[in-house]
Order: sequence, then C-alpha cells, then structure tokens
Amino acid sequence: MLMLSGRVVRKSDVLSDIKEPRLYSLSTNPYLPLPLRGKKAFLARDSSPVPTGFGHYFVLPSASSEGFPPDKTTGLGLEFDYFGDGDVVSLLPDGRIRSLFRANSNHNSILLTEQCNHYCLMCSQPPKRVDDSWLLTEAFEAIKMMPRETKEIGFTGGEPTIYGDDFIKLLHHTKSWLPQTSLHVLSNGRAFADEAFSKAYAQVEHPDLMVGIPIYSADASVHDYVVQSKGAFDETVRGVLNLKRYGQRVEIRVVIHKQTCEGLSELANFISRNLLFVDQVALMGLEHIGFARANIDSLWVDPIEYKDQLSEAVKILTSYGVRTAVYNHPLCLVNSDVLPVYVKSISDWKNEFAKECEPCLRKSECGGFFSSGIRNGYSQSITPFL
Amino acid sequence: MTKFSPLVEYKATQGQYQLLPFKFEPLDDHDVVITNYVGEFAFISREDLETTLSKKLDPNSKIYSLLRSRHFIKENGDEASIELLGLKTRTKYSNLRNFTNLHIFVVTLRCDHSCQYCQVSRQSENKVAFDMTIDMAEKALAIVFRSPNPAIKIEFQGGEPLLNFDLVKHIVLSAKEINETQNRDLQFVITSTLTLVTDEILLFCKAHKVYLSTSLDGPEDLHNRNRPRPGRDSYERFVEGLERTRGVLGFDAVSALMTTSPASLTRAKDIVDEYLRHGFDGIFFRHLSPYGFAIKTKSYGAYNVDRWLKFYEEGLDYIIELNKQGVRFTEQFAALMLTKMLTSNDPGYVDLMNPSGAGIAAVVFNYDGDIYASDESRMLREMDDTTFKIGNLFTSSYEDVFTNEVLLGALEDSFTLSAPMCSDCAFEPWCGADPVYHHAMHGDVLGRKPESEFCKRIMGVVKLLLERMKSDPQVKTIFMRWANRC
Repeated sequence: MLMLSGRVVRKSDVLSDIKEPRLYSLSTNPYLPLPLRGKKAFLARDSSPVPTGFGHYFVLPSASSEGFPPDKTTGLGLEFDYFGDGDVVSLLPDGRIRSLFRANSNHNSILLTEQCNHYCLMCSQPPKRVDDSWLLTEAFEAIKMMPRETKEIGFTGGEPTIYGDDFIKLLHHTKSWLPQTSLHVLSNGRAFADEAFSKAYAQVEHPDLMVGIPIYSADASVHDYVVQSKGAFDETVRGVLNLKRYGQRVEIRVVIHKQTCEGLSELANFISRNLLFVDQVALMGLEHIGFARANIDSLWVDPIEYKDQLSEAVKILTSYGVRTAVYNHPLCLVNSDVLPVYVKSISDWKNEFAKECEPCLRKSECGGFFSSGIRNGYSQSITPFL
Repeated sequence: MTKFSPLVEYKATQGQYQLLPFKFEPLDDHDVVITNYVGEFAFISREDLETTLSKKLDPNSKIYSLLRSRHFIKENGDEASIELLGLKTRTKYSNLRNFTNLHIFVVTLRCDHSCQYCQVSRQSENKVAFDMTIDMAEKALAIVFRSPNPAIKIEFQGGEPLLNFDLVKHIVLSAKEINETQNRDLQFVITSTLTLVTDEILLFCKAHKVYLSTSLDGPEDLHNRNRPRPGRDSYERFVEGLERTRGVLGFDAVSALMTTSPASLTRAKDIVDEYLRHGFDGIFFRHLSPYGFAIKTKSYGAYNVDRWLKFYEEGLDYIIELNKQGVRFTEQFAALMLTKMLTSNDPGYVDLMNPSGAGIAAVVFNYDGDIYASDESRMLREMDDTTFKIGNLFTSSYEDVFTNEVLLGALEDSFTLSAPMCSDCAFEPWCGADPVYHHAMHGDVLGRKPESEFCKRIMGVVKLLLERMKSDPQVKTIFMRWANRC
C-alpha cells in the first residue's frame, strides 16, 4: 500500500507563508533543458550535483540535502520514495503533501469533492458537508500539469456532478489539455435525470469519456436503502436513459454485499431487459473501508456464499451480449464460469495478498485483495491453488 | 450507528401502489403467467394475482419487489418505469418505421419436384406460362428501391428458381447496379432444393454474396417420400448439392427448412439427427400451411394442431437434451418466440408481426406480374382466390400497391391490440396477426379465435416454452442463449 498523502519532513520558511495549495509536476531529469525547468520541481533521490533553475526541489532521505536553495526545498520521508518523473503533487499550507497523479500508474483518480447527496452504507469515501471546492480548483491546475500522453484518468468524489456547470467546464478543460486521455467519471447518475445537464455533458463531445453509475438492485427500495436516499433509483435510471439518449457511454457498477447479493440475478435481468444499451456492467467486491467498516454486520458476506448468484448474473448478462466485468474478487472465491470476465482490477496502490495466499500458484492471475480487506477482515474460505 | 436508516424506511406503506397494464393466462391449477405490453412476464400463483389486484400485496414481499421491477406495479413517484415501458414499446415497434425489407421474386413456378404438400409448383416445360420475364423483374426492382428500408432482402422463390437462373442473375446484377447509388444493405437469398446446382451457379453466388436456403425434411426415406422427383433421388441429390454448395460458398451460407408432413409426425428425433449429421446448428419445425396442393391432396387435413404440437414437443425436448449434453443446436421457431419473450427486441419475423407483416414487412412479385401481400397470398391465388393481390407490375404504381385498400383494411382489421380475444390475450405481446390465414380458413381477416388453428398452435408453443423454462432453470439458460441469437 502506498501513502498517497502525508506530512513533509521539513518545509522551507517561504512555504510556511503560503495560503493556497501549490501544485508541482516532478522531474527526475537533472539534464532537463533550462527553459523547461522553471515549471517543474526536481525530485532528488541521490547525491548527484544539484541542477539549477527548477521551480522547486523535493529531497528524499536517500539524497544529501546539501546544495539545494533553502527557500525552494522540501524534504520528504521514505514513504514518498515512490514519487517519480511526471508525477503531480500538491503541497498544502499545513505542511502536508498529496500525490495527485502518478505517471507510472494506470489508476489515477482525481478526487473532486467529498460532498455527496448519497450516504451509501459501504461508502469508501464517507461524504463531508464542507465546502471543498478548492479540490475542483486544484483539479483544473493538475490537469494542465499532467503529461499529454497520459492514457487514462478518473474523476471521483463524493459526487462530482454537484458542481453542475463547473463540472461540465472541467470536462471541457480536460478535453482541451488532455485530448488523448481516456476519462472515467464516477457519479451516482442522479444529476443526469435533468435533461439539460445530460445535454451539456454530451455537448462536451469528449472523444473518450465514460461515466460509471451504480445501480445496486432491481428493487428500487433496496437501492434507495443502500444509498440511503429515497427516490434515488428512479432518478438514477432516468439519468442513465438521458445519457444514452445523448449517445454517452455508461458503465453500471454494482457493489456486491449482503444487501445486494441476493438480488443479483434479478438485477442482471433488469439490465438485460431495460438497459441493454449500457456499455459495460461491473460487478465488484466490497471494499472494507469507510462506512463499510461501521456497517460491516449488515454488509459482510463471504464471497464464497454468493458465488453461484455471481455466476448466474454473469451468465444472464453475457447471454444478452452485455459487456461484463467482475472486479475485486480473489480468484479462489469465484466459479470458473466467471473467469472469461474476471478482471485484475484493484488499484495497484491498495492491492495486497493474504498470508494464506503465499503458496498459491495463480497469484499472477488473481485480483487479490484491497489492502483494507487484509487489515479489516477477509474471507475465511481463501484456498491457495497448489 | 444511528445515522443510517433501516431498509423499512425505504419501503412503501401497504396498499400504496398502482397497477400498470397487464394480462394473465392460467398455466395450471396453481399458477398463472402475467405479461405486460412489452412482453415482460412473471410466474405467480393465483393467490398472489388476487392479492396484487386487490392492492393488498405486502411491500416487503419478494413478489412485490419482482412485480415492481418488472413493471407490473408502480409506486407514486416511479417515473422511470413509465419511461422504460415507453422506450420498450417504441423499440418493439421500431421495425415498422423502416417498412418493407423482404422482397420475394417468384421467378418461376416450374419445379423438378412434385411434393405433395407444395403450395404452388408446376411440373411443366412451358416457360412462357410460368416464368417471370425480364420486363417484370425490372419493374419489380423499381418498386423494391422505393422502400424506405435501409436494409433490403431479395429472396428468389419458385418453383425451383434455378430453373430460371438467367433471370436470377439479371436481377442480382441490376439490383447491385441500382444499389451503387442507393447504398442499401442489400442481401440475396435463393430458396432451392439444391438438386440443380452447378459450379457455374455457385461461382456466381459466391461472387455476389448470394445465400441459399434449402429444404431437408429428414432421413433419406422420409425426405424422398415427401419430396418426389423423377428418379426418386431427391435426398441423394440434396446431399451432393449441399456439399458442393458449402464447398464453394462456405459452410454457413446454406440454411435448411423442414416441413412436417403426415409421415414426419413420428420421426421428430430422426429428423433432428439428420440435421445434426449434416452439421446444421438448428432446425425450423414447420407445420403445413392450408394452401395449394396441401389442401387438394388432403395432406393438410391429415393431422391437426394437437398432433403437430405433440410432434413439436417431442422434437423440442430432444433438442433441449442435446443442448444439455453440450451440443449447441437451436429450434428456430422457439428462438423467434423466445426473442419476443425474453428480450426487448423484436426479431422481425414476418409471419408473426403486429400489425401483420403482409405487404408492409414483405411483398411478393409473382411470376405473372401480379403483386401479392405475402407468400401465402400468392398461394391462395393458386386456389383461385386473389383477395390479397395488391397490384400488378404493369398497371400499379408504388403508391397504388402500398395504399391499396385491401391491404390497409386487412392490416387494420386484424391488428391484435384491438382484435377481439387477441386484445385481452396474455400472449398477444409475443404473437402477431395473420389476416391471410384467417381469411383462407374462416372467410374474414379476423377469424374466429376459439376455432383458429393458428391461435391454438401459437398458444400451444408458447405454453410449452413457458412450462419448460419454469420447471427447469437449465432450460431457461439454454432459451436465453437462443433468444439472443436472432
């Protein structure tokens, strides 16, 4: 597990005066042409001579701190040793540093807000009712700093669409600055029930945009209960219809837990009958973090117990030609008929294996566990392939 | 923690739901099937049906959840279900917008076979009397390309179309030439016994992507009995023709149809085995139609619908067994019905559409220059009934043909959503109108449903399919696969 944010070891005096977060794009290249250095921060990993002219310097413990301009230098702890060339980081006034973008990862998600109009039982990012629109401002900046060749980024929350028009502006901005980059948005879809909003979203005409929207059950009451909001199912479904009416790509995301596993095949039927035009359906295991820990008794079910329901849902969806993917499940807890749609998906920075897995011969094919699962409890049915 | 509300907070209070339109049909003493306007269905007990109707359904029950998610009931504030029902209705009828796809050219009535049940063919050397002329074909093509449909299928029928292959060639080449500026998705199919195929014919078909549809009635003895030709070698020549055709056009460029003759009735398994032996991945169990020689030779009256349904059931069950053993083989009539039952797409099956596909989904240009509303309509003509003649290539314009009062009247009068006994039938969403059949048998396009063999046959097949998937989840899985083939 990587630490995506933490306290810097030491920050220069000048920085203690800053009021706003500052964003830096990191470079590890001491020979970077001078004209390019001003906009970059140099990441020092060893004790080579200090290159001049960079806008800022970050120094890892493995480098000597000699020779860096004191007013532009920040020391980092060993936990940030994974920082690399092309990464984008944000240095905050309170002396914390956050990794916003890692160039060597395919799992870059930008958190746009922690506010949300849902209050999901298993939310991994519990919503907060504070104005955190500075995150949006930061996203606009970060987009400009990302390498043009970036393959994919995600926008997540909270609920990104609570920004309304400003969210649409961010999409336009991203399309302009990263025209080659796939963009994946996680949303509860309700804002799209407003046809004007769906239309504005479509008019961005982003070349490679997909929105992932959760539908947890074909039973509206169950969905509303899971997201703790009455009327959510109805609005979300109408949102999906509007998006497809405007030709937008939609992924349906289903988190499987005790409240949703029983209705899985009926949900697959519902999608096949009503939403056959969605682009993908993702069936995902539970992440033991955030609210999921508080509600663990009403959520936790050993995946081995619903493996037949999972197979049935996959069978229905694939029979109807729906592109289906099963995420976040250890390989030994699914039936073999799920394998054609089984995906190794857990973001690299939070994927680990359990101690039972050590002798397993198929670890390289396995989706493994969320690090949170390793810490907070996982299936007792893990069986290594030997 | 108290900040989360329990499930019960998100359930409606008792009796707060409204009924959406649905119909039902008893399956046995205990259960009924309920269907909505878009063909979605559920099996429920009579008791649950009554509870549902009297608005006493418990919001916490599984049945409540099922009926709400399948759009049989709605709560206040459920807007999505209405929107989805509308969307599915539009999807179901969306084929209508495209108008005519299938254009049948009867290029000759002459045939080298003299099948007992054949509706139309002639054993004759008289080309003048029974062949379509180039002039007629040209006029017919002009009508074909007036169709607004982006996809056009031209099917050559007979008789045996290969006996007038020069005309087939001419039509294919002319159609392709016209299509250079029209850019339709243009398909050609020849319905042939394959007994007369030559390499020259096949090379032409290959060059112009012409598919072949053929007939195989079963094992050698049955096939030869059903399909007599001079030399009694129909089967032998079919096998040879099939192999030759597949060799040139490709294995999947040939499909086969069977017709159930009285002699077929005890041979369902043999017939399927014969199809398997030839590498086909499906079969279409066809009943006899009450037209032409079938009636004259009394072979139509030789069995009734109940007998045919028994044959169908035997064949279907054998095919289901095959699938359970891992052989992917489809009964194609079931597949068409299942597409209607299990998906929101309409398979576009011309013989089972509402409004009827006659004239609007398919049209027939007969060898003599007359235009008919369907294949069956021109067969009626061979019994001296020209009711469904909707025009003539020399005297009618496109508008004359498709706004013909006979055609429009028949379509409107047989429309199932307003036809007595159809409009309240639970199977209506999966069925279609057949004005030509009912006219032939009952003397009017609506017919008398309690006596209608058409009605009995469709209801019998549907009940069989429902029963099989209700009692066996494995069959449901197999059916789901069939439903998504179309």
